[in-house]
Amino acid sequence: MQDWTRDNGRLVSELEANEAAVIRGLVGEIKDMLTARAEQAPQDELAELTGMRTGPNTPPQESVLARLLPDFIRPDRDSFEPEAEDADTAGALRSLHEPDLIDHKSGVAETVLETCPEQGGTVSLTEDQADSWLSAINDVRLALGTALDISEETPEEPPEDQLQREHYYVYQWLTWVQDSMIRALTS
Amino acid sequence: MTTPAEAESAQVEPEETGASERPWVTIVWNDPVNLMSYVTYVLQKVFGYSEEHATKLMLDVHNKGRAVVSSGSKEKVEGDVAKLHAAGLWATMQHDS
Repeated sequence: MQDWTRDNGRLVSELEANEAAVIRGLVGEIKDMLTARAEQAPQDELAELTGMRTGPNTPPQESVLARLLPDFIRPDRDSFEPEAEDADTAGALRSLHEPDLIDHKSGVAETVLETCPEQGGTVSLTEDQADSWLSAINDVRLALGTALDISEETPEEPPEDQLQREHYYVYQWLTWVQDSMIRALTS
Repeated sequence: MTTPAEAESAQVEPEETGASERPWVTIVWNDPVNLMSYVTYVLQKVFGYSEEHATKLMLDVHNKGRAVVSSGSKEKVEGDVAKLHAAGLWATMQHDS
């Protein structure tokens, strides 16, 4: 893959077949995880009558999904006065906003799947599509970063475990893809 | 936050509290995955901030662990947090303190 370039307002790059497969595979996995989460949402007669959707009021137990769908209120903040109603408020806000957040993240994933050629080749994106790519690739990086337990102190060495090492190289590559895209968008 | 390029290390002062009434604030927290360039880009895109202002806020997040990026009514801040979550930033809301 080459750096992204701007051509008449569009963002353009070339993908190898294996690069396209990695992007499509991982973006598709995120989309499937989000769909599974949405299907766990409580069914509610009032919601069906009014068309107002409600999501779950507790965070996902799985750490990757929890990072993609964060709480609106931070429960463990240390330097601020904790408020008794925080947990209730966080639950209510999650229930209200999570369905839209899942729709958004599934939507940007869908844009990538529609615009990333299965066999590789030229990718040519409008600015809006490029923004969807940025969000979707960022979601994959958040997922891999959480799974690999990436921290500020993580050494720049790949993990010993072979599967983890593959994930680590993909994470590094997607970091480059994303940064190149931002440079092209802001140049 | 992280960066594939050389990290900047400028020290910046905390945000001035300009508005007279700030019952709720939006906070972005530092995390080890989001790129510095991406956080700056998202803050410009979501709030229409200048590159200079967005960069200052991003460096606050990076150096101090968090930054207040917007403020206003509960509804406004709730919407801001939702947009930042859509972009993958770690954002929360709280009463101004």
